Amino acid sequence: MSARDNILGRLRDRQGGPLSAPDSDFGVVTGRQWSRHERLERFEHWISSVHGEVIHCESAGWTETLARVLADKGVKRLALGREHPVAQQAREALADHEVELVDADRDIEGWKRELFDGVEAGLTSTRGAIAETGSLWLWPTPDEPRLLSLVPPLHIAVLDADSVEDTFFDVVTGQGWASAMPTNALLISGPSKTSDIEQTLAYGVHGPRELVVILRDA
Amino acid sequence: MSQPVQTYTPQAFHRQAHEALENPQIRANFRKAMDGLMGKRRKAFDDWDLETLRELGANIRLRALSKLPDLLEQLEANCEANGIRVHWAENGEQACELITEICQRHGASSVIKGKSMVSEEMHLNAHLEKAGIDALESDLGEYLVQLNEQTPSHIIMPAIHLNTGEISDIMHERTGTERTTDVDAMTAAARAQLRERFMTADVGVSGVNFAVAETGTLCLVENEGNGRLTTTAPPVHIAVTGIEKVVEHLADVPPLYALLTRSATGQHVTTYFNMISSPRKADEHDGPEEVHLVLVDSGRSRVYQDDELLDTLRCIRCGACMNHCPVYTRVGGHTYGTTYPGPIGAILMPHLMGLEATKDLPSASSLCGACGEVCPVKIPIPDLLVRLRREAVGDGVGNVPGAGVKRSRKEVAAWKSWQWLATHPGAWRGATLVAGSFRALAPSHLGPWTQYRSAPKPAKTSLHTLIKRHRKEKGE
Repeated sequence: MSARDNILGRLRDRQGGPLSAPDSDFGVVTGRQWSRHERLERFEHWISSVHGEVIHCESAGWTETLARVLADKGVKRLALGREHPVAQQAREALADHEVELVDADRDIEGWKRELFDGVEAGLTSTRGAIAETGSLWLWPTPDEPRLLSLVPPLHIAVLDADSVEDTFFDVVTGQGWASAMPTNALLISGPSKTSDIEQTLAYGVHGPRELVVILRDA
Repeated sequence: MSQPVQTYTPQAFHRQAHEALENPQIRANFRKAMDGLMGKRRKAFDDWDLETLRELGANIRLRALSKLPDLLEQLEANCEANGIRVHWAENGEQACELITEICQRHGASSVIKGKSMVSEEMHLNAHLEKAGIDALESDLGEYLVQLNEQTPSHIIMPAIHLNTGEISDIMHERTGTERTTDVDAMTAAARAQLRERFMTADVGVSGVNFAVAETGTLCLVENEGNGRLTTTAPPVHIAVTGIEKVVEHLADVPPLYALLTRSATGQHVTTYFNMISSPRKADEHDGPEEVHLVLVDSGRSRVYQDDELLDTLRCIRCGACMNHCPVYTRVGGHTYGTTYPGPIGAILMPHLMGLEATKDLPSASSLCGACGEVCPVKIPIPDLLVRLRREAVGDGVGNVPGAGVKRSRKEVAAWKSWQWLATHPGAWRGATLVAGSFRALAPSHLGPWTQYRSAPKPAKTSLHTLIKRHRKEKGE
């Protein structure tokens, strides 16, 4: 008998007999009915409360905002994808810029040290956000891999105002996550932090020290 | 000065409790931390219909447990279909061997670890070390505790027993970090020390907060980013978890996550919620080539047999019960001498280690009920504490290993006599008369009872006689 068979056998032959459970009413985690304005306000309130920096801009000129952020933060090397419109537009806009663009769509084995030691910022798109908790949601892709939003000290995320939804439950059920889970699905709410030293909050422990959300609206 | 290295055991609970109570530093560190956490939790649920949310959380966990064997099989099938290899371990020893074997197959010499209480439970680090594999904890609190050669004193905040000065000393002594009281500087130093290790580690080992049967997804909750690094940067990821962590649907996760972060640290959300459903696919550029899931039983299937004890398995490991426990707050986590301290430890560890070793833990409670009131999945912890106390003095039959360990023949005989006496009025009256007449001979020391209390003395005249006399005087 394998460990598997033993364990499952014990669970199936439960002494107390079969178990039943009451129905789950999910009403408490959905049905917020916030207006668009309220939703965006909540998102910004919560992500700001954990040191996420939200910068508003119009969709048309968002790359100017990006250029300004890069200049303000003194970013010299920016890692980004190539195919996503966010990456494409950023590449076009930054072509003559002094920021060096680093391709993120490469096997990590070939540039691990470069990513860990030589890149100041990572630019990613987002799939949406959650107002209730101030969370971005990302499904990393070959174009924008998992470490892009994690290893560089600054993560710049581009978010469209229309993609913000009320609750995590709304996103999971409304976007049909259960039938399409990617390799890695992520919620990101602010830069990396810890309070393991006497409950004192410190940002930037293992992941990014800063998270900038470029919020594109209209 | 940093604390001297000490080994704690549940058998020495009483001695350890005395030592902790006499240590003003420990008491101050825990008092301050727990007061803060209680306040933050209260605030975090301000806007919520907390009772309805707890009810939902409890129902989701109950539903998962009610279908546990089916869900485990479904989880296994979906993980395997996604490319995650699933392993089963009857106990910690088997799980350690499985993990060591995977490491050895990859020629691994260094393992980076995300926070995992199950790995603490089975002493994985020591096991790997014996096999010549270096295991480094990467959660800041776990890292500090490992530097100090200790175990976590809290399941969410492993280094909560240490204050800033002590941590500064530890980092100075063990890593040469310059002494400072600046938490940002200490955090930055730890970041630098661990970064190289994340990059070069051969294997990442993590725990799992929720394993979703429906999709074969492993969910990890964290703030630091060490969990994401552990599960993304090394070429192999091994996740290890107890068999009870499975939930049925992906939609079950949001309410549990909402309860977990708010109950644990009063956060409305953690920085990262990391959901892993497969190893790196052919066209992807990072993430581990191999992902393994090790499902550990370690006594859980035995707990599962009993309708009442089963509730123990609902736990989502938030630590709110310890944060609110007046005993835990005073004696700290190490005093319990077990992987899980506090109320949840007191109701879980007897199943994992047996009541012989842990017989004092269910009694380490005033039964004030705070733990049960704050539990996000409504585990009736006080009832379970009482049940385990009963198991400890009972006839030794049942599902709790070591049941009957506290049973004393003298005590059983005493209660039997009492029962006989109390059900035979004539004998009772005679006995109280004798006791009243010889009251001067009543002992003034009655073991632990009289340590903080005065010994009871039989009354000269029994209440029974007094009432009789009173009625007679009134002519009733």
